[in-house]
Amino acid sequence: MSTPESTPTRAATPRGPWLILMNLLPDAWRTRTPEGMVENRPVLSLVSHVVLAIGIAIVALPLYVTFVASTQTAEQVLNAPMSLLPGTHLIDNYTAVLTHGAGEASAPVGRMMLNSLVTALIIAFGKIVISLLSAFAIVYFRFPFRGLAFWMIFVTLMLPVEVRILPTYKVVSDLHMINTYAGLTVPLIASATATFLFRQFFLTIPDELAEAARIDGAGPMRFFFDVVVPLSRPNIAALFVILFIYGWNQYLWPLLITTDEEMYTTVIGIKRMISGGDAATDWNLVMATAMLAMLPPALVVLLMQKWFVKGLVDSEK
Amino acid sequence: MASEKRVRFTSGWLPYALIFPQLLITIVFFFWPAGQALIQSLLVEDAFGASTEFVWFDNFRELFNDQNYLASFKVTAIFSVLVAGIGLTVSLVLAAFADRVLRGATFYKTLLIWPYAVAPAIAAVLWLFLFNPTLGILAHWMRGFGIAWNPLLDGDDALIMVVIAAVWKQISYNFLFFLAGLQSIPKSLIEAAAIDGAGPVKRFATIVFPLLSPTTFFLLVVNIVYAFFDTFGIIDASTSGGPAKATEILVYKVYADGFKGLDLGGSAAQSVILMAIVVTLTVVQFRYVERKVQY
Repeated sequence: MSTPESTPTRAATPRGPWLILMNLLPDAWRTRTPEGMVENRPVLSLVSHVVLAIGIAIVALPLYVTFVASTQTAEQVLNAPMSLLPGTHLIDNYTAVLTHGAGEASAPVGRMMLNSLVTALIIAFGKIVISLLSAFAIVYFRFPFRGLAFWMIFVTLMLPVEVRILPTYKVVSDLHMINTYAGLTVPLIASATATFLFRQFFLTIPDELAEAARIDGAGPMRFFFDVVVPLSRPNIAALFVILFIYGWNQYLWPLLITTDEEMYTTVIGIKRMISGGDAATDWNLVMATAMLAMLPPALVVLLMQKWFVKGLVDSEK
Repeated sequence: MASEKRVRFTSGWLPYALIFPQLLITIVFFFWPAGQALIQSLLVEDAFGASTEFVWFDNFRELFNDQNYLASFKVTAIFSVLVAGIGLTVSLVLAAFADRVLRGATFYKTLLIWPYAVAPAIAAVLWLFLFNPTLGILAHWMRGFGIAWNPLLDGDDALIMVVIAAVWKQISYNFLFFLAGLQSIPKSLIEAAAIDGAGPVKRFATIVFPLLSPTTFFLLVVNIVYAFFDTFGIIDASTSGGPAKATEILVYKVYADGFKGLDLGGSAAQSVILMAIVVTLTVVQFRYVERKVQY
């Protein structure tokens, strides 16, 4: 069949060196072909894999260098250029930071990770609980000021903490919540996004279910716990992944609220470790701390990948 | 989808009790402070907090006559254009190739999404380490190519460094949305074009890219919001706005002037301007969402 160059019904015939390369390609390297037709473009497939590999290399480079630095001694890291092969001090370094921290004004990183974990969990669960409750009220009841309440929750989207730093700090300080878990978490717990997400979902729950509950004499809270919450489980799981990462990675707020090193979260702890300048910084220990700071949220993303993607897409609708 | 339920419960007090926690936090930590910022932006307080004077819009007038503030606006504009532009381009290229790959797609996806889990401040520390002029491995390689490089002293170098850190952190997010967008394009359209003789590049330019425009627009807004607000941690952890304010974006300036410089009125006025920017971006985003729903 003689067809023009770009016609996909014919497998592209590479010439010269490409022919050899093509025959070397494993099956896994063939590209997706639109259903019901043949389009085999080995060169393009090769390019695809090369581009993706370069992309991954760039994305992974900082992680790899961080890991390598975290296994060497401080002198090895300072001796530029540092070796790109892992050293032998992995266990020493991680034990050192977990139990003693790095630098003078540093709490043990174990303590910081506990602070980060508590903060992230309170923020994630707090946001989910109060958003479930308020979405339930907004969808299943009609009451005066319902519209106003909905509007008030919506407007918080437009007031990120970055635009009201000082006055919010003053409120928290007046309430004596500086250096407390409450201060770290409660001001961040309001969530327009989660409320909308649950509202949208509740609207898809068939009315027959509420009707049946009412006929059976079940009150609204019974209906909430026995029907609404169990049905919301996938949404709760997806939101949890996103909110846990959000809570763990908080920066500006803990920076303002924590002055006591015992209350530092891991992210803030790292910033404090490097503020002394190059000579005063044990980069191998800082990098070990960075690895520890990345580990929990990365594990959550990788182990709960399905929920993570769902949460990301849902919460941006 | 209906926006109202047909079946409801009735209770005089219950709905208020259910919504109370959310509204309490909203009022105490959002509306009250935002109101304070609005009021403060119209006041001038002396250094000891002893007397305050109502000065109408003097704080704003002063801001827009302040070279430092205008410079910060410029830095923010350059920074966000670079972050959004480079971030979207790189992610789209990766997503387009990942969409072609039949096997191994999940593998690539898994390896590309994890930077989402990294805190912006940590991303900044990683790149600061790589670009450190004395011990950074990248700085060392660049010297090998004869590139003079010192982000601690040179403003442009510092800006390049924070842009790279910000883009790196955001690639996974953009990639996931682009990939989802690409995979939702009906295969029959691509097939029809292929049968008509359009090659992969032409198909991408004339069919795929236009159909992807809602995703692209959405990501553009999200990335601008990200560059404006969520990059505070990147700036603070790596450059603290320096050297010589070369990386002082607006959000960082609010913090530096208010929290470190204790210029309450000026910082509050900056907050109000930022609020106006967020409101604009949010409205743009929601108008787009509404349109999307009607499709």
